[in-house]
Amino acid sequence: MVSSKVATMRDAVAELVRDGDTVAIEGFTHLISFAAGHEIIRQRRRDLVLARLTPDLIYDQMVAAGVARKLIFSWLGNPGVGGLNAIRRVTEGPAPRLELEEYSHFGMVARYAAGAAKLPFMPLRSYFETDLPVANPLIRRIESPYGDGAVYAVPPLRPDVTVVHAQRADANGNVQVWGLLGCQKEAAFAADRVIVVVEELVDEAVIRADPNRTIIPGIVVDAVVVEPWGAHPSYVQGYYDRDNHFYRDWDPISRDPAATEAWLREWVHGLDGRAAYVEKLGAERVAALRPSGTAPSGVVDYGEYR
Amino acid sequence: MTDPQSSPASAGTAPFTKSEMMIVAAARELAGQRVCFVGVGLPNIAVNLAKRTVAPEMELVYEAGVFGARPARLPLSIGDPTIVTGATAVVSMWELFAYYLQGGLIDVGFLGAAQIDRFGNINTTVIGDYAHPKARLPGSGGACEIAINARQIFVIMRQATRSFVDRIDFRTSPGNLGGAENAERIRREQGWLGRGPSVVVTDLGIWHFDESGEMRLDFLHPGATLDEVRATIGWEPKVSPTLTPTPAPTADELRLIREELDPEGMYTT
Repeated sequence: MVSSKVATMRDAVAELVRDGDTVAIEGFTHLISFAAGHEIIRQRRRDLVLARLTPDLIYDQMVAAGVARKLIFSWLGNPGVGGLNAIRRVTEGPAPRLELEEYSHFGMVARYAAGAAKLPFMPLRSYFETDLPVANPLIRRIESPYGDGAVYAVPPLRPDVTVVHAQRADANGNVQVWGLLGCQKEAAFAADRVIVVVEELVDEAVIRADPNRTIIPGIVVDAVVVEPWGAHPSYVQGYYDRDNHFYRDWDPISRDPAATEAWLREWVHGLDGRAAYVEKLGAERVAALRPSGTAPSGVVDYGEYR
Repeated sequence: MTDPQSSPASAGTAPFTKSEMMIVAAARELAGQRVCFVGVGLPNIAVNLAKRTVAPEMELVYEAGVFGARPARLPLSIGDPTIVTGATAVVSMWELFAYYLQGGLIDVGFLGAAQIDRFGNINTTVIGDYAHPKARLPGSGGACEIAINARQIFVIMRQATRSFVDRIDFRTSPGNLGGAENAERIRREQGWLGRGPSVVVTDLGIWHFDESGEMRLDFLHPGATLDEVRATIGWEPKVSPTLTPTPAPTADELRLIREELDPEGMYTT
């Protein structure tokens, strides 16, 4: 019997996220832990290096709240809507106030993979004839040791803390995900500490009944936080839809520093956690985000072998 | 994104906007293509229209990790849950980029752009100096590796002097570099899988690339003029001696855009 890693979000962040840490709240559009980001803002962490392929609204909010000193990323926008305005405010013009280190998506994924596998770099066939290696000298051209040409290398990314949101985990932190998988597996294995946030805590038997679906084993997980709706306005496949209206509404809010400040006061500092946030969203909005129908997977039989 | 000018209706054709013409023209270019990597924004609606019209068998690949998507609605983001349900395969981004893209399975990479030059080199990173930018744009996403590894590149973007420029401020995604001869040599020597850009569809016309690797206007959309084309481009453009009017959108294409793909008019109004 393994002891439970179940913790509150407040305790998990207090214990595992420290000032100056490199933090990766991963999840590609799907499964972005806004709940963890908001708790980091509430606990007023400072000087964080925030890594994510797509900083998304969560890092726009965290940058606006003053927790970050640097971003490591590959696509800095609000998909289908426009820019990330709080981040733009501190990165444009003559005196940028936020350090940027940028890659392409494959470069970021390869960095996590190198970090997870404890490799000194990962080679990839990107960046030829582009200005990205000039903008970011950590992207380096190397000759193949087998004499068949050049490739580019990116260094490992080993976050101090990786946060992933998932449909379910057991108390030991064995995580199962379906839908878009992003690079959460690589980001979790690469990290020193891992916080898992789930819609549902399940019995170990549920995990063992479908081991192919386990993307992160409990052995690399430090805390399991049960936080239904913890990914809103991002989404959880099969549980709730992406709140596209929120993504559009954030654009005018984030263009205005005072409105951004007021939003953070009302929706982050003014609430003590995710349950209060969900209550404030209201039953009607929550209900409207449920999937319009079901699409169950078939059932497979793993067989019994004694 | 407002599109004040509707083209005048011709006999039997409903009025349509320049954006609708652009999306329809881009979709038609995908006829016969087998595997298409779908970029964020305008490529997303063009590819989804093609899937419902000229290319029903085409496999849609999304960088979020989906092969063979069958979206039931047009996703605002390219990581929407509708691209998952009913797809052929959902894989990690490592697999998607390493095995599907870098492994050579992608026929067409469909990109948008903030700036493009006459050789189809693309900037989506910054306007102005990199360290002190006038405008910070999203950056590469997957575009850099798509431009290198997809067999050919399609681009969809609106024409304006700030975007069709003589010199791009930052090269995020390589096109025909400084010209076809040079680009072909470099692509061969470095073992790129892609042959580079083959079409740029705008709100005014359709550009292909000539033997020198430079954009050439082959089709002019109904309602657009050559003066308008020249006024929205930062170099003296090449125009095909057999410049042809783009056929107007059909009633069915317009219905699909307005009723099925973009009822809220996010891409087209």
